[in-house]
Amino acid sequence: MPLRPSTICLGTILALSVLLAGVLLKGSLPGEQGGPDLQQKRALVRALELTDLCLFTEASYTRHLSMSDLSTPFQDSPASLEHFPTGALAAPPDLLVKRYAETD
Amino acid sequence: MRKLIERQRNILDFTLSSLLRRKGKNSALLLVYTGTIFILASVLFLTGALRREAALVLEAAPDIVVQRTMAGRYQPIPLAYAEEIGRIRGVASVWPRLWGYHYDAAFRANYTLMAQVESPPERGTIRIGSGISRMRGARRGDIIALPGHDGQSRSFTVGQVLDHRSQLLSSDLMLLSEKDYRDFSGFPTDRATDLAVRVRNPREQSTVAEKISRMYPDTRPIMRTEILRTYDAVFGWRSGVVMLSFCGAALAFGIFAWDKATGLSAEERKEIGILKAVGWETSDILLMKGWEGMVISLTAFLGGILLAYAHVFLASSILFAPVLKGWSILYPEFRLSPLLDVGQLATLFFLTVVPYTVTTIVPSWRIATVDPDSVMR
Repeated sequence: MPLRPSTICLGTILALSVLLAGVLLKGSLPGEQGGPDLQQKRALVRALELTDLCLFTEASYTRHLSMSDLSTPFQDSPASLEHFPTGALAAPPDLLVKRYAETD
Repeated sequence: MRKLIERQRNILDFTLSSLLRRKGKNSALLLVYTGTIFILASVLFLTGALRREAALVLEAAPDIVVQRTMAGRYQPIPLAYAEEIGRIRGVASVWPRLWGYHYDAAFRANYTLMAQVESPPERGTIRIGSGISRMRGARRGDIIALPGHDGQSRSFTVGQVLDHRSQLLSSDLMLLSEKDYRDFSGFPTDRATDLAVRVRNPREQSTVAEKISRMYPDTRPIMRTEILRTYDAVFGWRSGVVMLSFCGAALAFGIFAWDKATGLSAEERKEIGILKAVGWETSDILLMKGWEGMVISLTAFLGGILLAYAHVFLASSILFAPVLKGWSILYPEFRLSPLLDVGQLATLFFLTVVPYTVTTIVPSWRIATVDPDSVMR
């Protein structure tokens, strides 16, 4: 007897829901939340006194986001525009904007 | 109960056969809908995982980093500052950090050079991040020659390639001994790039930072909380990448909603008219349209979320790599801890599935309440 369309449809939705629940459960397992890798990364941060993630290596102010200032992106000439693509993704840190705003 | 379930299944069977009659249009709709959710969820998962990773890993970062500025530009900081700062009550340790950048013209890549204080490499030996190793094809024992500050080339033997699992932190790192670093970069012996300060009591961090600012007005203390906040803001919902994807998704859903809310196609109106003429009630038609909306949006939602999960956590966000890389030559191949935020999923669900289902039902209700004869004409 061929399956009814509703059986196939509900079965698919159920299977996808079970998969999603599995993914949610897997993420909450203790071993998945960093585990030894996380300890190793923390030890490296501690040993080298690192401050930033190595995400965007194209410019100094995007490589070390938390150590950046507002002038570096525009340092090429007084009227130059910031031209590195990741500058569009990563805005300057909030604290920096606030500090400069206070002195304006 | 059984009768009720059977009735629902019959209506669902009919809904599915009706959807299959407009196979092309509905497949395209499902594809676009899934794609929109996939992109939105991928961005949310990636930024959420990066924020979480930054928060967990950078918890071990220095309590305060002290930079020196002159005319708004960073300057090397005198080591004498470290001694004075070390005398402030509550300061546990002050480490001068020696680090900077080197642009490798041959590979067009930027490296982060750093002098390792604890268990440094031997002179003439370096430790490199796995990103550099991969890009240059350099293994342990290989020699890397780089032009120093005076234009003279210096050769270093690769003593160790840093563990690839720490790429998110060390992909572009090149660790040298202090003497090699100073010789290579020409950094004066009485200066450091900045100072890493550890404070005994976390509640005293801001007081110590204030004291440093007062003691040396030309310095800029950056607290760890500010470092963590930076990463929270960079990948927060107001950041460029998230805002951009939200705008795209909002526009796509706007078009969906507009298309649905402005009315049904002639074929769909005719179908409703016929169903009413053969005895279907308005509630049956609304039920059918409700199922239609739910089937499409639930399938798109679940499919989009699972595809986004695979994309971000199993395929290292391969589709976003060109955007994230920018002009970077060195880019870490990192695996993020797969943790989904239930709150985020719920928000995504209520922003996508619910509005779509509602916009499917409303125009059908307007048609279903009109006389079937006038609908079919």
